[in-house]
Amino acid sequence: MSTLAIDKAGPSRKVKYGSMSRDRAWALRWSYFFLVLFAIFFLTPPIYMLVTSLKSSAEISAATNPWWVFHPTLSNYVELLTSNQFLRFFWNSSIVSLAVVLVTMLISVPAAFALARMKFWGSTTLATGVFLTYLIPDSLLFIPLFKMLALVQDYTGITLLNRWYVLLFIYPTLTVPFCTWIMIGYFASIPKELDEAALIDGASWLQTLTRIFIPVALPGLIAATIFAFTVSWAQFLYPLVFTTSVDQLVLPVGITTTLIKGDVFNWGQIMTGALLGAAPPLIIYAFLMDYYIAGLTAGATKG
Amino acid sequence: MADVALRKVVKRYDDVEAVRGIDLDIADHEFIVLVGPSGCGKSTTLRMIAGLEDISDGDIMIGGDIVNDVPPKDRDIAMVFQNYALYPHMTVAENMSFGLRLKHYPKAEIKARVTEAARLLDITDLIDRKPKQLSGGQRQRVAMGRAIVRNPKVFLFDEPLSNLDAKLRVQMRIEIKKVHQKVRTTTVYVTHDQVEAMTLADRVVVMNKGRIEQIGTPNELYHKPATRFVAGFIGSPAMNFIPCRLEDVGGTLQLRLTDRIAFPLPPARAARYNALPRTEKLLLGIRPEHLTESHAHLAPGVETFDTVLDVTEPMGMETLVYFGLDGAPVCGRVDPNAGAKDGAPMRLAMDLNNMHLLNEETGVVL
Repeated sequence: MSTLAIDKAGPSRKVKYGSMSRDRAWALRWSYFFLVLFAIFFLTPPIYMLVTSLKSSAEISAATNPWWVFHPTLSNYVELLTSNQFLRFFWNSSIVSLAVVLVTMLISVPAAFALARMKFWGSTTLATGVFLTYLIPDSLLFIPLFKMLALVQDYTGITLLNRWYVLLFIYPTLTVPFCTWIMIGYFASIPKELDEAALIDGASWLQTLTRIFIPVALPGLIAATIFAFTVSWAQFLYPLVFTTSVDQLVLPVGITTTLIKGDVFNWGQIMTGALLGAAPPLIIYAFLMDYYIAGLTAGATKG
Repeated sequence: MADVALRKVVKRYDDVEAVRGIDLDIADHEFIVLVGPSGCGKSTTLRMIAGLEDISDGDIMIGGDIVNDVPPKDRDIAMVFQNYALYPHMTVAENMSFGLRLKHYPKAEIKARVTEAARLLDITDLIDRKPKQLSGGQRQRVAMGRAIVRNPKVFLFDEPLSNLDAKLRVQMRIEIKKVHQKVRTTTVYVTHDQVEAMTLADRVVVMNKGRIEQIGTPNELYHKPATRFVAGFIGSPAMNFIPCRLEDVGGTLQLRLTDRIAFPLPPARAARYNALPRTEKLLLGIRPEHLTESHAHLAPGVETFDTVLDVTEPMGMETLVYFGLDGAPVCGRVDPNAGAKDGAPMRLAMDLNNMHLLNEETGVVL
């Protein structure tokens, strides 16, 4: 009986091992299939944009294969890059996004540090509250925000509406809660002993933040920076509502309001503008990804 | 360097008392080990000395000054953590010099101190590496180096060897002892490992349930434990506790273990225990090394009895034998050549000159 059982166990284990590697092979095939599917799905729009941006207006409206350029031209690019208007939008967008990233980080990082480390009365509730504010959609927020700014103007005479810098006050309502939330997570993952060691070494809270927490949580800081920049760069609703004069517009609103005249769509330039507009986030991602070194905390403690 | 004193120190978390009024005097240059099971309040006590925990009541003094409300950085202490707590983005040298740089020491002095500490700990070659490039033992050395360069009044160690493997732990234990012999800084060391406590300490503080059970040199604790807890905690394998009672037989005081087994007490012991009421429920405390194989020539006070062994554990230099006396599990240490076998009968000798007698209810050693 016992020998029989051993004989049975031998081959059945072998079969199981074989089937496991076969499972893995199939899992790989499926993952390739879906990855290719997703790549096609997500790359189609930018490719269509690129193809269209290289066409003249005549070719765009002609009934030819929309996926092929028969007479490539850079005229759309030349026209946009030499128009003061487009460069103005680009400039406004850059200033607004960079300033918002700065403002967001200056608020989020100390806030997250306080909420993650300085246990005080109500800190947990406050941390949840910060995240909850992020869940309120901007399409609900813009009306009360507009009212508030109008009130400020009525009472103080300070004009914020229809000025590009109004966005520096508005965008952080979107970026600060989320970035604070991300940073709370990163700071909370830093071992408690690390700030206790710094405390004993003689560091103040501020020194602990700047000399220990920020360097150690750099990957999180970069993730938060990328998020804040992307949100500011791509934001459409707020600038549409709060800015109207052409010289105050940012890129997404500028392109759609100036290149669509009534029912006339200047498709070539719209596509070119959108493509050029997508370039800065792309470059920032490519550049910062190299510095996005996860596992920077390795070696701090036993692990 | 300085002495440390705790006066009726209490730590309360909401309604739980983690530390229940501790009094402790630590002399200058002394190496004190706080030892006890997890949750006994030893780490909390250390963290209160460090200033990482507020104290709920009482006073803590370092160098004669009350430091209850002094922040950690102004207490002039250095701490070594269980998980090292090295700054991951700094090199070994930067880790060690961080405290000095914050205090704006001159660069030349920082370099001199770091070099000296690195030499002392034998990590000179590692000085430019990051913590993640170091092994566990090396990281622990760097953590000690960070404490040494500050030249503090007191070193605090919080279970520094718990994360190392057994072999490295023994090695680092000797290393810590050597460093203390050279540096002579007052040291408070927390561990749950009684071997570490015994080998490192000038004096050991045994803690249990937020109170100090006993303070003494390793030898005092081993040979003269004050309570059942200390007697059972110090020593491995642990001391045996066998229910017993005293009885007078023909004018001599006898210790009755079971219906079958009763020993006359040696005169010194008989004089000591004579005043005890005969009805009191007692425990005989006897260490395994005082339960050995029987010889032809037994010293006075050594009594023999026959038993049947349950299990034997050959350890090489000795064999541990396990058996029961009226249900109480007992462990003895016999010579490997004494012929102890699982399930076999054996004649054992109990050295009553080294016995302890405990009150079963209070656990106090009588």
